Amino acid sequence: MSAASLPAPRARNSFLSRATRSPALLIGIVLVGLCVAMALFAPWLSPYDPDEQDVLNRLAGASREHWLGADSFGRDVLSRIIWGAQISLFVGFVSTLAGVVIGVLIGVVSGYYGGWVDRVISGANDVLMSFPQIIMGIILVAVLGPSLFNLILAIAITAVPAFVRIARGSTLAMKERDFVDACRSLGYSDMRIMFGHILPNIMDEVVVMASLWLATAIRTETTLAFIGLGAPPPTATWGGIVREGFENLLDSPMLAVWPSLAILLVMIGLNMIGDGLRDATDPRAPT
Amino acid sequence: MIVYIAKRLLFAAPTLLAVLTLVFVLVRIVPGDPALVVLGDQATPQALAELRARMGLDLPIWKQYVVFMGQALTGDFGRSLVSNRPVMTDVLAVLPYTLELTIASLAIGAIFGIPLGVWAARGRDRTPDWIARIVSLVGLSFPAFVSGVLMLIVFAVELKWFPVISKGVALDDPVERLRSLALPALNLGLIMVAYLTRVTRSGMLKALSEDYVRTARAKGMPTQTVIWRHGFRNVLIPIVTVIGLYLSVLIGNSVLTEIVFNRPGLGKLIVGALEKRDYTMLQGLMVVYAFLIVVVNLLTDLAYGLVDPRVKST
Repeated sequence: MSAASLPAPRARNSFLSRATRSPALLIGIVLVGLCVAMALFAPWLSPYDPDEQDVLNRLAGASREHWLGADSFGRDVLSRIIWGAQISLFVGFVSTLAGVVIGVLIGVVSGYYGGWVDRVISGANDVLMSFPQIIMGIILVAVLGPSLFNLILAIAITAVPAFVRIARGSTLAMKERDFVDACRSLGYSDMRIMFGHILPNIMDEVVVMASLWLATAIRTETTLAFIGLGAPPPTATWGGIVREGFENLLDSPMLAVWPSLAILLVMIGLNMIGDGLRDATDPRAPT
Repeated sequence: MIVYIAKRLLFAAPTLLAVLTLVFVLVRIVPGDPALVVLGDQATPQALAELRARMGLDLPIWKQYVVFMGQALTGDFGRSLVSNRPVMTDVLAVLPYTLELTIASLAIGAIFGIPLGVWAARGRDRTPDWIARIVSLVGLSFPAFVSGVLMLIVFAVELKWFPVISKGVALDDPVERLRSLALPALNLGLIMVAYLTRVTRSGMLKALSEDYVRTARAKGMPTQTVIWRHGFRNVLIPIVTVIGLYLSVLIGNSVLTEIVFNRPGLGKLIVGALEKRDYTMLQGLMVVYAFLIVVVNLLTDLAYGLVDPRVKST
């Protein structure tokens, strides 16, 4: 068989095969999939109403009726953890999506046009990045007031600078490529070049970054809930349940352990997906 | 070197000015009247006007900005709306605790993370590598408050090695002070261990596959010399980068660590200020955090000059 008859390896195929060969990515998808299923099917999965109080059961340990015990209001912990998955995942997905869209738009425009537009945007971006992300989140929620919408808004804002930076950097590299010159000589508009031709080429990096940021966004949501700046009570949140357990550490330490495990599973799953995607998109990166 | 330092300092100044402007804007976009928030709706108009005057909110906005910048540049952030002490006094009183915690965590990160990364790179795809991967994955996945609470449960509630409710930090007793630092520093250090293991491992893998390493091996150099003198020296640059970048993550997470372990520090100050709507304190704290990050960036740049002789000349 001559070499010429061999099919040329396509980039997409090798990406898929690399991705599916990585056990980390698969384990990550399974872990996150479990949590997504838990959130979607919460009404059917949870044995009790998550907000139903039963004072007699206050801080009760694990039992046949309440598998993971009850919190300081006598609410079923298992049910609250199952419902809490909705908040964490919803806030995480929506705020990351918003951060990606806004950040990538700004980053592509900034990198494409260059000049003073770019200098102003990247200067402002560096300033935003000079605040620790968690502290920025805390202050924004405190300033805006605690509500689900403000929570999403605050976390989205903390995500924007990271995506401006990565989109700008990739656009700078892309606009020197021949195909962009070709587009220009064909008389394409700037809009068409930026979003029809450059954007699809930088999506690899953006998607990898987004999957890692999803973990950061969920971490921020649980952290804010722990501080008491999360979704307003009585909404069940994982961070809020950890707080409950933390405040009753001596009486019922396990109350803090269960939601912690849920948080860990999601975080480990998302990080494994992010790492797996990065390895799959960048074959040169040492794994 | 002196020219290099001066250049870096010059670059830091505009950043700091921009950060101050951002803080000014952030605190002023607070919905509602801060005076009303602080005093509540039962307050008399007279009291409200008085507080507004004290906060400087009765001035036109550009005058407020000038006053704020002038104060910030001289390190004066006014008085706390709650305790009526100068903000800087309260901040300086707890700053050493936060710095102590951050530096101890960084040390833990370097002591465990760097050797683990080198070890993993040498045993690529074997047991050391898998241990390093799991450690860094777990370290990256733990939110600081989760690992903190779990550590408290294991080491304080179950094993009883440490008190569950810290009685505060004894200043005059160095043994007690170290003891009270142990768990918080370990908690915060876990994040740095994870980052440093990763960057050291991938940096070493790249360095060890270079031609000059093969040459060094071929001419019969001892393995240790090859690894440390030829491999590791080239990983120092990415290590410095990662430390500089993630020190801000560390400073952010110190807030949670301080809350969980009931340690004095900027974190407890900021949460207290939020609960009591102490805007002057909040404003001062934001500037202090931003200032810390600017200093970290400056030190990072200087560290480049130290580990890489090529940097100085540019």
